[in-house]
Amino acid sequence: MRKMDKLSIMIVGVGGQGTLLASRILGVIAFKMNYDVKVSEVHGMSQRGGSVVTYVKYGPKIYSPLIEKGEADIILAFEKLEALRWTEYLKKDGMMIINEQEIDPLPVITGAAKYPSEIINTINRQYKNVFTLNALKIARECGNLKAVNIVLLGVMAAKTAIPKQIWDEAIRETVPAKVLNVNIEAFNAGYQAI
Amino acid sequence: MKRLMLGNEAAARGAYEAGATVAAAYPGTPSTEITENMAKYDGVYVEWSPNEKVALEVAIGGSLGGARSICSMKHVGLNVASDPLFTVSYTGVNGGLVLLVADDPGMHSSQNEQDSRHYARAAKVPMLEPSDSQECLDYVKQAFEISESFDCPVIVRLSTRISHSQSAVKTGERADYKLKDYNKDFTKYVMMPAMARKRHVEVEKRMLALQEYSETTDLNSIEWGSKKIGVITSGIAYQYAKEAFGDVSYLKIGMVYPLPDKLIAKFASEMETLYVVEELEPFFEDHIKKLGIKVTGKDLLPLMGELTAQLIKEKMLGVKQEVNEPLVDNVPVRPPVMCPGCPHRGMHYVLHKLKLTATGDIGCYTLGALPPTESIDTCICMGASIGTAHGMEKARGAEFAQKTVAVIGDSTFIHSGITSLIDVVYNKGNSTVLILDNSITAMTGFQPNPTTGYTIKGEVTRQVDLVKLAQAIGVERVRVANPFDIKEFEKIVKEETAAAEPSVIISKSPCALSKDVKFGGALKINQEKCKRCKQCLALGCPAIVNKGDFVETDEALCVGCMLCTIVCSFQAFEETGEKAGAKNG
Ligand SMILES: Cc1ncc(C[n+]2csc(CCOP(=O)(O)OP(=O)(O)O)c2C)c(N)n1
Ligand code: SF4
Ligand code: SF4
Repeated sequence: MRKMDKLSIMIVGVGGQGTLLASRILGVIAFKMNYDVKVSEVHGMSQRGGSVVTYVKYGPKIYSPLIEKGEADIILAFEKLEALRWTEYLKKDGMMIINEQEIDPLPVITGAAKYPSEIINTINRQYKNVFTLNALKIARECGNLKAVNIVLLGVMAAKTAIPKQIWDEAIRETVPAKVLNVNIEAFNAGYQAI
Repeated sequence: MKRLMLGNEAAARGAYEAGATVAAAYPGTPSTEITENMAKYDGVYVEWSPNEKVALEVAIGGSLGGARSICSMKHVGLNVASDPLFTVSYTGVNGGLVLLVADDPGMHSSQNEQDSRHYARAAKVPMLEPSDSQECLDYVKQAFEISESFDCPVIVRLSTRISHSQSAVKTGERADYKLKDYNKDFTKYVMMPAMARKRHVEVEKRMLALQEYSETTDLNSIEWGSKKIGVITSGIAYQYAKEAFGDVSYLKIGMVYPLPDKLIAKFASEMETLYVVEELEPFFEDHIKKLGIKVTGKDLLPLMGELTAQLIKEKMLGVKQEVNEPLVDNVPVRPPVMCPGCPHRGMHYVLHKLKLTATGDIGCYTLGALPPTESIDTCICMGASIGTAHGMEKARGAEFAQKTVAVIGDSTFIHSGITSLIDVVYNKGNSTVLILDNSITAMTGFQPNPTTGYTIKGEVTRQVDLVKLAQAIGVERVRVANPFDIKEFEKIVKEETAAAEPSVIISKSPCALSKDVKFGGALKINQEKCKRCKQCLALGCPAIVNKGDFVETDEALCVGCMLCTIVCSFQAFEETGEKAGAKNG
């Protein structure tokens, strides 16, 4: 497990997958641990099914909200192609958690491009710390397809040393009350998934 | 209390704490959440105005009426609001007047990357620029003080990474601001030439006073470090510079206009090498060079896009970050797409099929310019579609008009399309105007507008009747069409483009993200019936997946809008009986 006193976390996915909520929860967690935090979100155009990336950085003092190539300690990838797109941003010894879901981008739908094959193997060749799972399936089993984001946070919680209770509090504070139970269940399912 | 806040949320909080009671805006990324957050406070009148010009005029009214008032917009919104801005600079204010303008370097969601700082100089109004959420709150409060002390509007410039980043903010109490008396004074508020000439003198005096203020205010501050390098910077660029240069000296500019000349000269005189780190235009750099000070900036940094710490390090310090090799070349891009179930999709399909020239506008429907429909020819600014179609007709003749449509959303039509439709009628054009009435401002995240039926506070209000409006303008051919009924829609478009007179087609169907939209369940493709003709792929629905040898639906994305069932000639799309994916939760 890596040191937890300074982390740069990227959340990458497709607009509409709930990456924003995930980054907000991570921001709250860092804030609860009394670190300086910056969460950089995306709103607007890029959300319409486009490639989206949000950044969460915490530590003793954070200036730039951005994470650049080779700087991410952790990348949470909500979709396989997006995992591939952003791997260069991972530190050499960084950790990647990948949802195996495939969502075809428009150029693939129109036949102008092909969805790359063997993505996980390609990433595994270069990076050691890669965890993959079918978070969509787990979310569906928990009763809400939208809980993919919380499933992935569950995996991250299991792979980092941040106390579980802080995760729990942050989720309770951030997730709307009426979907809280499903999300707690999704979090626990993610926690136990790998 | 301290908590994480978006820059936009903190800016709204600042206005609230300053005692502002009037807030008007037109949405635009990245500024939208300022006003959405204002609407959460009691005791503040908040509105979505039809456009930025109206919003600023409402805020001016609020200010002259004695209230502290704010007006928020994205950078291009200031183009629209610039007319009142240049003159309210002359009249000055009564209650404090603050404009919040959010630039978008890198054009994450914009049609250009203009630098709003030029407006401050051109309109002779002071401008502040915060570098994190706490400063968003603090600077907005201070902007009100400056506005009232110097009798002028003040612009607070934000940018995407400030507006949309969260950082810790310490909040305070709301000031008990008393509405100021309103005193009639035509020498100050009626800008006819004789009065305006006198006011211009006041403006120039004010600029000198503001210049002095800029020298001493703590908005501009020096952080002393090694004097080998001095960096002059502001806003988000300050954060990147801090990360790139580390322990050097900084002149952090919080008041970007007017600049503190003496402070700059003093700082520069102590440095071995002086850099300016600013995004977009060389606004500081040009000014500093004019003072006769040697400085390096845009010789090394780009005029375009966002800066980053690594970029600054590489270009200014010659230090290149070691990065991993890309794993594969050519990862397919993922541009934004219209949602599954979007009412615009059927319309684009028809325009593509009829091979029409479509002058476009700004909204979710602009995405139809991309493959597979490629059905939009132009996109300039909000409201431009109708005037552009009219101009094309005047250039190429009435026959060309019969193969042309102007495509404009409801919010955009209200924003600045109505006057152009009047132009078409008045100047004897034949344009066909397609108003895409999803009764919401969708692109910027679902804000109500005058066609929606409720206000930003959720109160029920009147809805503009687009049919009657078009008729009142003098359009005799006004039709309402359902974009999910593709065949009928196509027929109507053919008839109206053929007509040798102006016509309006209102494509009426709510945004798929609306709570009121209830489609059936997700569809699947019956692979026995499917002939692999791939006609359905022409819709560009992200839920229809091309697997090469065959086509299937992504049941997690499909909302069951049934559009594809009309396009498919073989009845291959069938209901699964499962609840539709994207609507869950
Ligand atoms: C002057 C200006 N103000 C604001 C914006 C931001 N903006 C882009 S599209 C849009 C509204 C689109 O709404 P509508 O025309 O109803 O189309 P929809 O997205 O609902 O399909 C706005 C506010 C802009 N580009 N320019
Ligand atoms: S938000 Fe509404 S209008 Fe925009 S693409 Fe989605 S369904 Fe269409
Ligand atoms: S697959 Fe068909 S029914 Fe489903 S969202 Fe796309 S067009 Fe609508």
